[in-house]
Amino acid sequence: MRYEMSMDREFLLPATRRFILASFIAAVLLEWLPWHGMALVLRPDFVGLMLLYWCTHKPHRVGIGIGWMLGIFVDVADASLFGQHALAYTVLAFGGLALNRRVQMFSLKEQSVHVFVLLLASYAVYALVHWQVRGYVEWNYFLGSLTSALLWAPLTLLIQTLRRPRRNPNEL
Amino acid sequence: MALEDTRTLRFFNRGPSAVARLVFFSVLSLLLLFVDARFQYLESTRQVISIIIYPFQRLTALPGEMWDGANAFISLQSHLVAENAQLHLQHDADSAQLKQMETVLGENAQLRALLEVKQRAEYSVQAAQIVYLERDIFKRKLFVDAGEQNGVQAGRAVVDNNGVVGQVTRTYPYLSEVTLVTDKDNVVPVQVVRTGLRAAVFGSGNISELDLRYQPVDVDIQVGDELVTSGMDGTYPSALPVAKVIRVERDPAYPFARIACVPLAGVDRHRTLLIVSSVPDLPPRPAAEDAGGVPSRFKKTPRRGTP
Repeated sequence: MRYEMSMDREFLLPATRRFILASFIAAVLLEWLPWHGMALVLRPDFVGLMLLYWCTHKPHRVGIGIGWMLGIFVDVADASLFGQHALAYTVLAFGGLALNRRVQMFSLKEQSVHVFVLLLASYAVYALVHWQVRGYVEWNYFLGSLTSALLWAPLTLLIQTLRRPRRNPNEL
Repeated sequence: MALEDTRTLRFFNRGPSAVARLVFFSVLSLLLLFVDARFQYLESTRQVISIIIYPFQRLTALPGEMWDGANAFISLQSHLVAENAQLHLQHDADSAQLKQMETVLGENAQLRALLEVKQRAEYSVQAAQIVYLERDIFKRKLFVDAGEQNGVQAGRAVVDNNGVVGQVTRTYPYLSEVTLVTDKDNVVPVQVVRTGLRAAVFGSGNISELDLRYQPVDVDIQVGDELVTSGMDGTYPSALPVAKVIRVERDPAYPFARIACVPLAGVDRHRTLLIVSSVPDLPPRPAAEDAGGVPSRFKKTPRRGTP
C-alpha cells in the first residue's frame, strides 16, 4: 500500500515543457553518438524510450503527434526513408498511451516487460518496412529492443529523481 | 501543478481519439514512405530538416574530436620524434618510387599517344572528415563533412589510402552521405589485376565481405587475387584497389562459383577520406544492341541514389 502511494506521488511530479524538450534533446544526442560495430547492434533506442516514458507518464503533453515528428527528424538524420521511424514511433506512442493507465499498478520490473513488448512491436514495424523496400532483414537488429527494455528501470529512476522538487538546496 | 496532472486521460474530450490519431499518423507515414521510396519529391524537405539538425549532429561528433585533440596534445615528445624520423624514412622511400613512377607515366603517355588511345582520365581529390559512421545496422553508410557548399556531387567515388570506400549517394548543404561498397546490393565494376578479367563485386551487407558474383565455376580466380576498379561505369575512376579474394568455392552443383572478397579500405581506421572528382563526361551510351557478349547484369551501373 505504501509502495503504491509513493508510485502515485511519482506520477504527480511536475514536468515543465522545457524539461521535456531537454530530455528529448539529450536522448537524440545519445542516439547520434558515433556508435560502431557491436555497440551499434546493442545500442538502445534512446529516443523511443524517452518517448515511451513521456507517453506513459504525461499522456496529455506527449502523444502520437510528437512521436511522429520525432520520427521524421530521426529519419533525416539516419538517412532512412521518410516515415520509417515516424511509423515505428507512432506505434510506440500509441502503445505508451494504452499502457498509461495500467503501468501505475506495476513495479519497475513488470513495467520493463511491458515496455519490451511495445519496443519489440516498434522494432518489428521498422524492420517490416525495411524488408518491404529492400527485401532483407538483419535479425540481430532486434537485440536493440532487449537492451532498451533493460534500460527502462534506470531511465525511469533517473527522470523521476530529476523531476522531484528540491526543498533544501543542499539536498542531493 | 496539481489540476492538470490529476485529470484522467479522456480521449474523447481532447480532440480525436488515440486510435484515430494512430490511424491518421500511420497512414501519413505510409504515404510518405511510398512517395519517398518511389519518387524524389521529398529531397528538398530533407535538405531543410538536415540544416535544422546539423548543429546537433556536429555536437555528437564532438566527444570523439576532443578525444583525438587531447591525444595529440598530450603525446610525448620522444614519441613524436620517433614518428617524425619514421615518416622521413617513408618519405625518402616514397619519393624514390615516385620518381620511377613519373618516368613510367611519361613513357605510358608516349605509348598511348603512339597507339592513339585516349588518355587515362586525371582526377583530383578533396579531403573530407568522417562526421559519423552508419547509425543503423541495416545500412552501410557514413557521413562526411563536405557537402554541396564544397562542390561535392552525388555519384562521386570516395577512397582512403588503401582503396575504395564507397560513393556519395546524397548531398546536403554541409554533409554528404556515403554508401559503402559493403552496402547490400551496391555494385562496383572491377577487374582482376592478375588476369585482367572484368567482373562486378556486390556488397553483402556484412561489413567485412564482398561477393564476386556470376562467375563460372572454372573461372581463373585464386585466393589472394587483387581486384581494382575497371572504370567501366563512369562512376569510379579506373585502377583503384577495391578488394582481395579470400575464399573461392567451386561447387559443380551450382552454375556459378562462390567467391568472397574482403574490402581493402578500412573505414574504422581513419578519420579522413578522399572524395574523387568525377570522371569526365562520357559519350552517350549506344542503344541496346548486344548479341551475346557480356550479360546485361554486368552493364548495370551502380545506383546513383538510394531508392
